[in-house]
Amino acid sequence: MEEQLKQLIDETLDKIKTASTPDELSGIRVSVLGKKGALTGLLKGMKNVAPEERAAVGKIVNDAKSAISGALENAESELKKNLRSARLREETIDVTLPAKKKDLGHRHPNRVALEEVERIFIGMGYEVVHGPEVEFDYYNFEALNIPADHPAKDEQDTFYINDKIVLRTQTSPVQVRVMEKGKIPIRMIAPGRVFRADEVDATHSPCFHQIEGMVIDEGITFADLKGTLESFAKRLFGEDTRLKFRPHHFPFTEPSAEVDVTCFKCGGKGCRMCKGEGWIEILGCGMIHPKVLERCNVDTSKYSGFAFGIGLERIALLKYEIDDMRLLYENDVRFLGQF
Amino acid sequence: MDTSLNWIKDLVPGMKGVTDEEYRDAMTLSGTKVECFERLNRNLENIVVGEILSVDRHPDADKLVVCQVNVGEAQPVQIVTGAPNVQPGTSGQFVPVVLDGGKVAGGHDGGPLPENGIKIKKGKLRGVESFGMMCALEELGADANLFPDAAEDGIYIFSPDLGLKPGDDAVKALGLDDAIFEYEITNNRVDCYSVLGIAREAAATFGHEFKPPVTKPTGNNENASDYISVEIKAPDLCSRYTARVVKNVKFGPSPEWMKRRLRSCGIRPINNIVDITNYVMAEYGQPMHAFDYETIEDQKIIVDRAKDGESFTTLDGNERKLDGDILMICDGKKQIGIAGIMGGENSMITEDVKTIVFESATFNGTNIRKSAKRLSMRTDASGKFEKGLDPETALQAVDRACALVEELGAGEVVGGVVDIYPDPVSKKRIKFEPDSYNALLGTDISRTDMLKFFEPLEIEYDESANELIIPTFRQDLNLGADIAEEVARFFGYDKVSSTLPSGTGAVDVVGGLSFEDRVNEAVIDLATAQGYSQSLTYSFESPGVFDKLGFSEDAPERKTVLISNPLGEDFSVMRTLSVNGMLTSLGTNYSRRNENVKLFELAKVYIPSGNEDELPDERTILTFGCFGEGDFFDLKGVVENTLDGLGLSKKREYRAVSCYPYLHPGRQAYVGYEGKTIGHLGEVHPDVAEKYGIEDRVYLAFIDLAAIEEFVSFEKLYEGIANFPAVTRDISLVMKRDVPVGELEGIIESKGGKILESYRLFDLYEGEQIGEDSKSVAYNITFRAPDRTLSDEDVNPVMDKIFEECAARGFELRK
Repeated sequence: MEEQLKQLIDETLDKIKTASTPDELSGIRVSVLGKKGALTGLLKGMKNVAPEERAAVGKIVNDAKSAISGALENAESELKKNLRSARLREETIDVTLPAKKKDLGHRHPNRVALEEVERIFIGMGYEVVHGPEVEFDYYNFEALNIPADHPAKDEQDTFYINDKIVLRTQTSPVQVRVMEKGKIPIRMIAPGRVFRADEVDATHSPCFHQIEGMVIDEGITFADLKGTLESFAKRLFGEDTRLKFRPHHFPFTEPSAEVDVTCFKCGGKGCRMCKGEGWIEILGCGMIHPKVLERCNVDTSKYSGFAFGIGLERIALLKYEIDDMRLLYENDVRFLGQF
Repeated sequence: MDTSLNWIKDLVPGMKGVTDEEYRDAMTLSGTKVECFERLNRNLENIVVGEILSVDRHPDADKLVVCQVNVGEAQPVQIVTGAPNVQPGTSGQFVPVVLDGGKVAGGHDGGPLPENGIKIKKGKLRGVESFGMMCALEELGADANLFPDAAEDGIYIFSPDLGLKPGDDAVKALGLDDAIFEYEITNNRVDCYSVLGIAREAAATFGHEFKPPVTKPTGNNENASDYISVEIKAPDLCSRYTARVVKNVKFGPSPEWMKRRLRSCGIRPINNIVDITNYVMAEYGQPMHAFDYETIEDQKIIVDRAKDGESFTTLDGNERKLDGDILMICDGKKQIGIAGIMGGENSMITEDVKTIVFESATFNGTNIRKSAKRLSMRTDASGKFEKGLDPETALQAVDRACALVEELGAGEVVGGVVDIYPDPVSKKRIKFEPDSYNALLGTDISRTDMLKFFEPLEIEYDESANELIIPTFRQDLNLGADIAEEVARFFGYDKVSSTLPSGTGAVDVVGGLSFEDRVNEAVIDLATAQGYSQSLTYSFESPGVFDKLGFSEDAPERKTVLISNPLGEDFSVMRTLSVNGMLTSLGTNYSRRNENVKLFELAKVYIPSGNEDELPDERTILTFGCFGEGDFFDLKGVVENTLDGLGLSKKREYRAVSCYPYLHPGRQAYVGYEGKTIGHLGEVHPDVAEKYGIEDRVYLAFIDLAAIEEFVSFEKLYEGIANFPAVTRDISLVMKRDVPVGELEGIIESKGGKILESYRLFDLYEGEQIGEDSKSVAYNITFRAPDRTLSDEDVNPVMDKIFEECAARGFELRK
């Protein structure tokens, strides 16, 4: 019996060694350790063993059983490991093959620029408000201290619907609408579409966009206007940006200024983008004209304020180096896809 | 507005050493913005006056001559030239000569000037040595138009009257040692549309004394009023009219200094009389006109409105149609000039004029601007008048002109002036309030410094009244804020510190987006996430759009807001639909062979209120458009995702319609929500797509953001994740082909009860195996309860109800 066992162990271990698939191994397991397996058969023969030897033989059989099942487990796990590594080898891919990309939509460059500007002013505590694009002459001109015979009102600049209604030529009428609500202090920006009777070319469009800004409070100064716009420009164009405030004239502000920033491409040395000047004009601003405040029933003995108007396209064209304004309204996806 | 820097420096002698760049920067910072400047002698080097001693034929070339030229050195230099106006055998002409190693600005063809000029070196021309070049004006970069004495083609020959010597600086002799500055003058600074006005600003900017010309009293012992009388019949349009008389007029050329200054303003010198009026206009900004006294009937000048329908021939020979708002200068019998715009042919001065009348008047700027526009003749004079001139300048200018007549010996000035000035302007007075200026500016400038800034601006200070006295030419100074600006300008905008607003707004105002902005932002996120790119189109379009899109004649969409002065018919109506803009953009992409194009626009439309005095309703229409990949149901998915993302959590109603003429009649749907119309979508009608040049199926969807605003919600509530398994059942039905599947979905929704979680179409079949007018539809329905595992007892009764209802509608169950 002992010999039979030994032989069985040796034969089985040999078979295990040569087995190359999980199926073969499970076949061995069944044929040796299964209900009708060889070892099980041998165990059945135990009843013929003399009772005093049974303990010893039993141990031998059990040892054989655990040796075989141990060898099987080892072989199985070894085989599994080998198969897995073979599979991994086979599954190697060429990672340089092209990516599969889903089409993403893109924001219009105007929108990208607007969001940048809005974020900056919201961070400084400004509310974003809106006004109508088709506007009363009163709000667009008269309330802004632009009298009836002002050259800016000439038909060549303004689209008229009738005597009283125009397509707003600026976002400044929103200033008046906000002031009229009578709630002070005010910190607001008003982005929106404006219209001027300009023929379409690389730098003109009869529709374009402005962002109006206005602050009214006690003790607002021209120095505050400077500081605010400097903070804004540094955020938008970079910390090294410098500003130049040039005296200018707008009917609804006094004092008024136009603001240039150091060219963000060359940093002020002069390049093609700034036409060699080192500076680029980006906005107009000033202290709100006392007549405008008074007309809107703002107490000028208590309050003062500043206002500014930024050309959105100007920012977008400059910041993204777009050389032709017409591209903004063509909506070619090869253009839009770059933003 | 252009001026020469030399002229400014002559008026402000202290500025002698100021460079072009210093001038540009300082003037711009004090408010006189320099647009650009051109240094005339930028590329002119080593150019002297030469006297031609002899001109001989070139031995080997017919078109060349060999000249000996005295350039002020011991030996003459030999120069070969092909200029047609230097003839063999002549001599004695004075010409500009660039010597060996010198530089000129350009070629003699007058083409664009090279950036760095052209170097001139000695060389041989057809074997004969040449040590320099005689120059034409084009080669010196000068505008030959401004030199009436220049030869049409060839070398510039100096007038012998100039008294030039060989070796003199030819650049200086031509007035090219100068820089011309172009300014952007704002329309409130009427005084700066003149050389004197700019010079006054320059003096204040640089802190040097301003020395305007001193006009000496002029005239013989006669009196102008014996020659002429003036009557203003339209005082609202003419606030002052001055006239002076010059007799025994002697025509001739103006002196070189005057020609040079006229040229620096881009004015071609003509003769002394014309040049004087132009010169004074440049100097004072006051246009003047000279009439031939002999042509003025009744010795009378009357300023009056024209009558509608009259016509008048101006001195350029053109006949002009007049109207009752055009101001005319008339004599006792007839019209002799259009006030402020152009004189008449019947009174213009000619070479044999004996006596002239100088007019220097102040006309209403707005009237001149509008008249000039109606007549479409914007002249130099009208360009000045339309700004609204200071009446005080009128007299100064006419006196200056007469002084120049005497100085130039151009005639005998008659004494006295006819000056009709019914309502003289007085100098404004403004309280001097240094504290309020500082408070507005955020500065701490002393009152002494402020008064120092005012001095060169000719703003006087009346200490006893504590008032500032404003010169009449400063029409822009009316309020304290205007004075604060003067203080800031000369203190320096750049020296004002930078602070941030304090005040209560720092705590009382909370920044942020409006609800409308948040909706737009969400829409943009949702649309771009689904592959749609944002487009922008114009707000106005052609009225022809409605025909193009197939609208009937009486369609309400045709009621538009009309622009009364559009850029053209194509831009004349405010859009009531966003369709055209989107199709145009898609068409552009299609024609450029872009594939699978997906665009969206937040497009405003403008719906007339029906009342002319009211503003239209501006509504933002979220518009989707695409061609290429995808079909109606892909776009419907985009609409659904977008509405989901905006928090419209209830079921949207889609109904087949055929009311949108630009959409396929069998492939368009109305979108409703809570019984309200919120949009529509569909495939574009092939006829319409074709008109936009798109030979592909195009899909459009529209959501009216104003209509959904009340339903939009950004509130989120966590609902929990299902803990119990779902039960799914399939249902397969045969129904009539023309019954919308939506009806079946309605049954599932209404009969599904609380345990209905979702349903999904998984098969749709039309074909041979079913009747010709039928379709087979299969749905997968999911049930789930939040608190237990569902059993057949829960689900079966629900399914039975669904089956019953289906049977009632005649949908046949497929087993």
